[in-house]
Amino acid sequence: MILATKAKTKAPERTQGDAAMARRRFITSAGRGFVLFAALGLLPRTGWAAPKDAKKKLAELTGGAKAQKGRVTLRIPAVTDQASFVPISVRVDSPMTEADNVKDIHVLAERNTVPDVASFHLGPANGKAEISTRIRVRESQIVLAAAVMNDGTVFLGRARCRIVGGAGGCG
Amino acid sequence: MIKGARVKVPRTASKGEVVRVRTKIPHPMETGWRKDHEGNTVPRNRITRFVCTFEGREVFSADFASGVSANPYLSFFVRVSQSGTFQCTWIADGDQTFTKSARIEVSEDAAV
Repeated sequence: MILATKAKTKAPERTQGDAAMARRRFITSAGRGFVLFAALGLLPRTGWAAPKDAKKKLAELTGGAKAQKGRVTLRIPAVTDQASFVPISVRVDSPMTEADNVKDIHVLAERNTVPDVASFHLGPANGKAEISTRIRVRESQIVLAAAVMNDGTVFLGRARCRIVGGAGGCG
Repeated sequence: MIKGARVKVPRTASKGEVVRVRTKIPHPMETGWRKDHEGNTVPRNRITRFVCTFEGREVFSADFASGVSANPYLSFFVRVSQSGTFQCTWIADGDQTFTKSARIEVSEDAAV
């Protein structure tokens, strides 16, 4: 009786092992195929930007200057369900005088269809470097605000925004 | 022609005061990627540029890409030293322009 059960349990183990091996072989070959396709650039285009596109766009907008931390405060709701109307405000710590002022503020959303959102052009006439508007945020992501000073230095502020429920903001 | 563009500034201010200018315009801001119920792409119709002048001098401008919401709201600050008119211009696809202005009276006494 004991022997019989042992034999019974052994048999399915072997077939299970075979199935597992077959599955493993399939997965490896599928993986190889994926790598091959990726290498050939045949993967379907995802259609939206990745953080590296935002970085590229930022370099394009700021003329390649290295961004420093600080001076820029980007306020955006941490969690929202209204992705098409996300209120943001950007404040740059600057005296806004002829000698020291903010020239441009660029807002970028890393994972939107197109990473650049808006660019604002300011000068000493503004008195205060602060803007607020409403933007579309396609999915949960980091939103960037870059301030270009009149001497060409760039300061970068960032904030995370989480989209819950409903569709993204660009649809 | 779009009706309902708004530009809000304080009625009065002291000389040298920094005032807030708030603007809003009703506009669909179509990105050109959205599809309607029949599956046809809705043509792009977007405001691409905003310019604000004070007494003929440009004080603020903005370039909008696809990430700006419909009915774009925008607020910014301007230091005023004389009475005058803010004129805001929105430039949309197809060379449509919309303008709206608002007047501010600046008193001679310096800002506190």
